[in-house]
Amino acid sequence: MQSNRSRDFAVGLFVLIGLGAIGYLSVKVGGLNYKGPSGLELHATFDEIGGLTERAPVMISGVKVGQVRRIGLSDDLRARITIDIDPDLALPIDTFASIRTAGVLGDQFVSLEPGAEEDLLVSGDDLSFTGSAFSIERLVNRIVTSFESGGSE
Amino acid sequence: MESPATGVRGAVERLGARGSSVILEFGRMTVFLAAMARAALRPPYRLSRLSSELFETGVRSLAIVCTSGIAVGMVLGLQGYNTLVRFGAEESLGSVVGLSLIRELGPVLTGLLVTGRAGSAMTAEIGMMGATEQLDGMRTMAVDPLHFVVAPKAVAMSLAMPLLSALFILFGIGGGYLVGVAFLGLDGGVYTSGLQAAVDFREDVAGSVLKATVFGLLVAWIATHRGMAAGRSAAAVSHATTRTVVTGSVAILLADYVITAFWGV
Repeated sequence: MQSNRSRDFAVGLFVLIGLGAIGYLSVKVGGLNYKGPSGLELHATFDEIGGLTERAPVMISGVKVGQVRRIGLSDDLRARITIDIDPDLALPIDTFASIRTAGVLGDQFVSLEPGAEEDLLVSGDDLSFTGSAFSIERLVNRIVTSFESGGSE
Repeated sequence: MESPATGVRGAVERLGARGSSVILEFGRMTVFLAAMARAALRPPYRLSRLSSELFETGVRSLAIVCTSGIAVGMVLGLQGYNTLVRFGAEESLGSVVGLSLIRELGPVLTGLLVTGRAGSAMTAEIGMMGATEQLDGMRTMAVDPLHFVVAPKAVAMSLAMPLLSALFILFGIGGGYLVGVAFLGLDGGVYTSGLQAAVDFREDVAGSVLKATVFGLLVAWIATHRGMAAGRSAAAVSHATTRTVVTGSVAILLADYVITAFWGV
C-alpha cells in the first residue's frame, strides 16, 4: 500500500495547492474581504465626482492607502462616497479630500491631504473639506462665459 | 418497406432523421447523466477510487497546465505591453493580463487542455474496458461499472477543473509579471496594484470558478458518456476518443459564451 499512500499524499497536496490558488485569487487579487470592514471607514460629500467608480484607489501623496467602497447620494442630493482606508493611519480631522485624475485613460482617484489639527479622524467620521472632480466641460464653460462677459464690456 | 424517396421529399426525410437522431442522442446523454449522478451519490463512496482518479486527471495535468499558464501569461504580457505602450498606458498591463486570464483564458484554456490531456484518456479507458468485456465482468460480479468506474472519474474531473484553472491563472499572472517587470522594466508595484484594482471577487473570481466548474462537469459528462457508448472494437474506441475531444472542446466554447452572456463574467 506504500504507492497508494504516496499517491494519496500527492492528491491531497494537489487539492491543497489548488484551493490555496483559489483562495489567493479571491483574497489577494480579488480583494475579498473576509474580515468585514476592519479599516477606517470615512465619508465625504462632493458637488461633482466625475468618473469616480467604486473600488477606485484612495491615495496620500500618490501612495495607495485604501479604496472607494460605496458611492451614493446624500440627503441634500450631493454625491456621497464611503472610503475604506488603512486603520493604522493617523489622519487629522481637517484632512482635505479631492478627486483627481491619473494616467491618460483618465482613471480617477481620491486624494487625501492630511491637515494640521491635533484631533484624529475615527471610523464613521465625515471629511469636512472636499474638492470636487476637475471637469473639463465646466472649465470650458467658465472660460466661454468669461470671454462673453469680457467682450460685452 | 418503401424504397427511399427522392427529390424534395427525400431531403425532408433525411433532415427529419438527422434531427430526431440528435434529439435521441441528447435524450441518451441526459438519461446517462441522471444514472451517473445517482451512482455518484449512492454509498459506499469509493474514496480510494476517487483519489486514484484525481491523481490521473489532477496531479498528472499539473505540469501541462502550469507550463501553458506561464506561456500564455508571458504572451499576454508581451502583446499587452506592445499595444499599451503606444498609448502610454503600460501601467494597465496588470489589469489587462489579470482580467483576461481570470475571466476567459484561465477557465477556457484549462478546459481545452484537460479535455485533451485527461478527457480523451478517460474515454479511451472506459471504451477499452467495454471492448475487452471488463465492464461485463464487473456486472456479472454485481459491481455496477457506473458506480465503480465511471462516477469516480466524473467527480474527479469536476473537482480538478476549478483547481487547475486557478493554478493556470496564477502561473499566467506570474508569467505576465515576468515579462512586464523583469524583461520590459515596468514597475512591479504598478503591475500588482493595477491587477488588484481591476479584479473584483464577486464579478471576476467567483465567475471564473463557476466557469471552470461548469466546464469540468461538461467534459466529465461527455468523456464518460462517449466511453460507455463506444462500440466494442479498437476503431470504435479511437473514434469515441476523437469525438470526446471535438465535442468537449466545442461544448466548452459554447458554454463559455452562454455563461458570459447570461451572468456577465
